[in-house]
Amino acid sequence: MTATDHTAEEVFDAFAPERDTTEGRVYTVTGGDWDELVAAVDPVNDERIIVNLGPQHPSTHGVLRLVCEMEGETVRSIRPVIGYLHTGIEKNLEYRTWTQGCTFVTRADYLAPIFNETGYCLGVEKLLDVTVPERANVIRVIMMELNRISSHLVALATTGMELGALSMMIYGFRDREKILDIFEAVSGLRMNMAYVRPGGVAQDIPDDALRMIRDFVDYMPQGLDDYEGLLTGNAIWQERTQGVAYLDVSGCLAIGVTGPVLRAAGLGWDLRKTMPYCGYEDYDFEVPTHNGADAWARYLIRLEEIRESLKIIAQGLDKLEPGPVMVEDKKIAWPAQLALGADGMGNSLNHIRHIMSQSMEALIHHFKLVTEGFRVPAGQVYSAIEGPRGELGFHVVSDGGTRPFRVHMRDPSFVNLQAIPALAEGGLLADVIAGGASLDPVMGGCDR
Amino acid sequence: MSEGEVQPVGMQQKGLFGATDAGDTSGFGGLVRANPTAGEIVSTPEPLGGYFDEILAALRELLGDDVVRVVVVDRGELTIHIAPDRTAEVCQTMRDDESLRFELCSSVSGVDYPEQANRLHVAYHLTSMTYRRRVRLETSVSAEHPVVTSVTKVYPTADWQEREVYDMFGVVFEGHPHLTRILMPDDWEGHPQRRDYPLGGIDVEYKGAHIPPPDERRAYR
Repeated sequence: MTATDHTAEEVFDAFAPERDTTEGRVYTVTGGDWDELVAAVDPVNDERIIVNLGPQHPSTHGVLRLVCEMEGETVRSIRPVIGYLHTGIEKNLEYRTWTQGCTFVTRADYLAPIFNETGYCLGVEKLLDVTVPERANVIRVIMMELNRISSHLVALATTGMELGALSMMIYGFRDREKILDIFEAVSGLRMNMAYVRPGGVAQDIPDDALRMIRDFVDYMPQGLDDYEGLLTGNAIWQERTQGVAYLDVSGCLAIGVTGPVLRAAGLGWDLRKTMPYCGYEDYDFEVPTHNGADAWARYLIRLEEIRESLKIIAQGLDKLEPGPVMVEDKKIAWPAQLALGADGMGNSLNHIRHIMSQSMEALIHHFKLVTEGFRVPAGQVYSAIEGPRGELGFHVVSDGGTRPFRVHMRDPSFVNLQAIPALAEGGLLADVIAGGASLDPVMGGCDR
Repeated sequence: MSEGEVQPVGMQQKGLFGATDAGDTSGFGGLVRANPTAGEIVSTPEPLGGYFDEILAALRELLGDDVVRVVVVDRGELTIHIAPDRTAEVCQTMRDDESLRFELCSSVSGVDYPEQANRLHVAYHLTSMTYRRRVRLETSVSAEHPVVTSVTKVYPTADWQEREVYDMFGVVFEGHPHLTRILMPDDWEGHPQRRDYPLGGIDVEYKGAHIPPPDERRAYR
């Protein structure tokens, strides 16, 4: 049988029909009734299923729960459910002295403890109408910027982890560890330090901690270059973040989103520049912005903000002049300076010697101030600072007593999380994770 | 004070320890202090200075003189007390008028002043990014009729924050799209941030001594 004969007969071949072309004989492997069969099982139909993410899920930054209504891979509606980490911090504050309040607020947003303390203390100081010594202000700025870097490093690390860049997680946590070591050298604690107190800071920065900060400022730029080398040119990273979780300026303002997310949408609103506090007006730094308004832009903004924070820390180290770190008023200032002993941080031995064997009045004063605390004139203030996630506000109300009458924390994680439906609806399920990570919520701050 | 009775903070204004038996050894057992949170709120005399007068003038011109109930300037912050049914209207004007332009509703928080007739206060902290100003709008309602008009149509960011105030204080926001509890469980009873709601906690025994929970301890006032 010749080829022409075969074509003429047009034998039906269910598996691989063949025909002759100028290039030679071509077989088309298809056929049968598979097309009809597949068409009957339409993957895109109007059946919707509810997918529950969390509250226990590594990609939800703690105990965030997301209830998604899915149509195939597409998110049709999404509702965040929060409150799983509510610990009643605001209520507890009303039963402690003003100074003890630091110990509570620092535990809200546990990645930004220094910010919580500073925002709260600025409110209390405004109510007290006291001015903090210059050295305490500079120390606060240095500590806040170190804390901003450590918080952004966790944001980069966890975003990396959630999008599959596991090396980034290792690097981010590795470098954050260096900052936690500095915090330990300064305050004795790595997290939740209660280091910033109404009237100043708990104790002066020791010299070896200053050396560690200088070393860190020298070390970090290389680390940032490494991250950029790892991620910025990475095709997978770009695909997962560019054009994902878009939220423009008007969306941000309507939902109240501030911080890196707002600046990544193009509005250079940074309270350190626009409503300065702690002497930020004396520092030379830029507010980076980007027009992308997507997860990619937020990643770039966080990297740039780390560079700017390093500049501020270097300037702060130069500004650091010897002097007191707590207000002069002995009715407010914590009586004991802490010192590092054999068993950790505690009251300095000199102070204990003084109150126990030299001065009865000093003992009474110490006892009264520590157990009773100081009185704060009645009134209410709102103090806001630029946290790593946005505006961190404290509405502090006093009735003239030794305890706060009411403290409300306006935590940026709480407000920003409202943007999840705007970011994620209409997109893919995988982008919910990328978008949520780009908001960098911390549930400790969100639920308080 | 009898044992086990919960002592609300801020209500006890007699003595130093809050003790009614012989426990107050401070010598100040008969001291009675004024309670600054109980009285009427008094307006600061005008002019207030700075941009405060401009904001007030603009508000009065656009919404009428009666929109502002009380104006307080304290520690460099402006507080405008308004009626609970006019919050949305005032916020709309505050946001849209060119001379005001408060684009961002930074924070919504509740405060409970148990000794006032309208004990539940809601404070809106507005921020003007254009003029770099802040202002606090405050409104108050009674616990029996705790209804405030929701501002979610003007400021969508107030959504969760009003839910939090409802959850914690029991203020009902009329016009809110989905007013449910947000931090506490759905079936929770009571509103925990009210001053007469106990903190809770349990007595802890250590080597025979009992340490009462924080809200039942004897403490200075």
